[in-house]
Amino acid sequence: MTAPKTLYDKIWDAHVTHEDADGTCLLYIDRHLVHEVTSPQAFEGLRMTGRKVRAPEKTIAVPDHNVPTTLDRVSGIIANEESRIQLEALDTNAKEFGVHYYPVSDIRQGIVHIVGPEQGWTLPGMTVVCGDSHTATHGAFGALAHGIGTSEVEHVLATQTLIQRKGKNMKVEITGKLKPGVTAKDITLAVIGETGTGGGTGYVIEYCGEAIRDLSMEGRMTVCNMAIEGGARAGLIAPDETTFDYVKGRPHAPKGAQWEAALNWWKTLYTDEGAHFDKVVTLKGEDIQPVVTWGTSPEDVLPISAVVPSPDDFTGGKVDAVKRALDYMGIEPGQKLTDIKIDTVFIGSCTNGRIEDLRAAAAILKGKKIKDGMRAMIVPGSGLVRAQAEEEGLADIFIEAGFEWRLAGCSMCLAMNPDQLAPGERCAATSNRNFEGRQGRGGRTHLMSPAMAAAAALTGHLTDVREML
Amino acid sequence: MEKFEKITGIAAPMPLVNIDTDMIIPKNFLKTIKRSGLGVNLFDEMRYDDDRNEIPDFVLNKPQYREAQVIVAGDNFGCGSSREHAPWALADFGIKCIISTSFADIFYNNSFKNGILPIVMPQEVVDVLMSDAEKGANARMTVDLEAQTVTTSDGQEFPFEVDAFKKHCLLEGLDDIGLTMANVKDIDAYEVKMAQERPWV
Repeated sequence: MTAPKTLYDKIWDAHVTHEDADGTCLLYIDRHLVHEVTSPQAFEGLRMTGRKVRAPEKTIAVPDHNVPTTLDRVSGIIANEESRIQLEALDTNAKEFGVHYYPVSDIRQGIVHIVGPEQGWTLPGMTVVCGDSHTATHGAFGALAHGIGTSEVEHVLATQTLIQRKGKNMKVEITGKLKPGVTAKDITLAVIGETGTGGGTGYVIEYCGEAIRDLSMEGRMTVCNMAIEGGARAGLIAPDETTFDYVKGRPHAPKGAQWEAALNWWKTLYTDEGAHFDKVVTLKGEDIQPVVTWGTSPEDVLPISAVVPSPDDFTGGKVDAVKRALDYMGIEPGQKLTDIKIDTVFIGSCTNGRIEDLRAAAAILKGKKIKDGMRAMIVPGSGLVRAQAEEEGLADIFIEAGFEWRLAGCSMCLAMNPDQLAPGERCAATSNRNFEGRQGRGGRTHLMSPAMAAAAALTGHLTDVREML
Repeated sequence: MEKFEKITGIAAPMPLVNIDTDMIIPKNFLKTIKRSGLGVNLFDEMRYDDDRNEIPDFVLNKPQYREAQVIVAGDNFGCGSSREHAPWALADFGIKCIISTSFADIFYNNSFKNGILPIVMPQEVVDVLMSDAEKGANARMTVDLEAQTVTTSDGQEFPFEVDAFKKHCLLEGLDDIGLTMANVKDIDAYEVKMAQERPWV
């Protein structure tokens, strides 16, 4: 009898193509997603060494980080020259090396981590990599998915493998039911608040428990997306009927007899009874409240009902970090979080740019107007999400409320395109990072769920969405 | 890749915890299609004011640290984005080694691929090294990868751990892709097997 295995152990074992005596492995990569920012140097490396892309049929390219999200991009206007060059480089590389490609003009274009699952490229039990740390998103399907650097992008393009050592197993269990107004975003932020941004370093997290099982695929992607913010390269959720229902019928999902064969294997992808975890974190679903970040690290999380903490509440190196964060954010210890005024709202990103996120925002915004002077934008995660939101009437709700209704891209999550904060501007954002300067030099970011961001757009300050339900 | 030689150089103290890759190289410098030339924008938002003047208080702007080859940093260095532009910028500036209590995984891996040695040390050792770095340009730290030791300017020697494979690659300046190609038969065999077992992939 073999020892009980975790889900991570099973996927890992199924992809080892070579193992050295010291435990260094060559891990086979089933899907390689590519975007314009972290790939040009990798393709250039192939050219310089005369190498080819080993498996172009398993490689998918889509521009997302740099693309403008305003409607004039349809006519091909990309004002920033450096961005244009980078986008042209992806176009050239995708065509020259013959990989799958969704250009800006394709309705299926969008954020790489939204396009992959949407098109059925991401399937349970796969290994998925991309030169982007939020590749963790795909773990929602029970795929081992993580971000890599550009040297590794080149390595995967050339060899379809990665040199890896196995990580440790960590279990994050969310028991029971969530209360109304509490979402997947609140779960994932609450976990980081508990473990810290370095708590998952060296681990692969498996999220489990009733509250996780109850989530839709969209919600599960939100949870796994931010595993990296807890330091874990990858987050995983065991595939189940919710997963299979989502995958079935997608353009690149298996069909017919292959579907049946795949399903049989996918159903074996769960953690065996008695399997060993090196670390376990358990939260009660009913204890999780709607949360926001107050500082400049994703671990700076508090329930919306709390007050801004004092540096005295911390120890070690965090004391100075908190002083710096409070100064940068322009807030005072003891200030109620709900008294923090905001001037910008950004709803979108690979964390919260899917249809369910837009529905949650629309439910709060329906028939209402955003606060006077508020700059608010909704950036759908893909062209298909945008089309669906228009079909469902969500776009009309956003436009009537006073939001800008944009085209798909990463947008103000990392502000590489023209969507940026000016110094001192303060944003309620559904994205994943509140680092200094992340949304624009001197810009201040508070992370939260789409429903909470919508509520803040209406009132002009951080707001407990439960008061609007 | 350049071989990692034993270095004796200036160490700059950066005690801030959670120094993220957005801090190391802000997004406006990710639009390049090259690997080189990023050193001037290393820690850009901490290093320059709105008018592009150097901020004198920032450690790498101080005369005694402008030639630093080592950074002694607070916990969880390199967290956040996977951008390899972070080690590219550090290497281009002249940084060859970073010492901290912990590193984010992706940054840690990316560093080795660019000739930078990240060293994990316990808190009490980092505290000693931080104090040594704070002495400035006259205090030169020695990092010996072959012997796996860091030696302070006053001769205190501390051993460190490093993965044997990564050490070998760094010492020899080896190209990962070349190494993997030596095992290409295993990759071929795996693909043949998977075409049978999991044809939908």
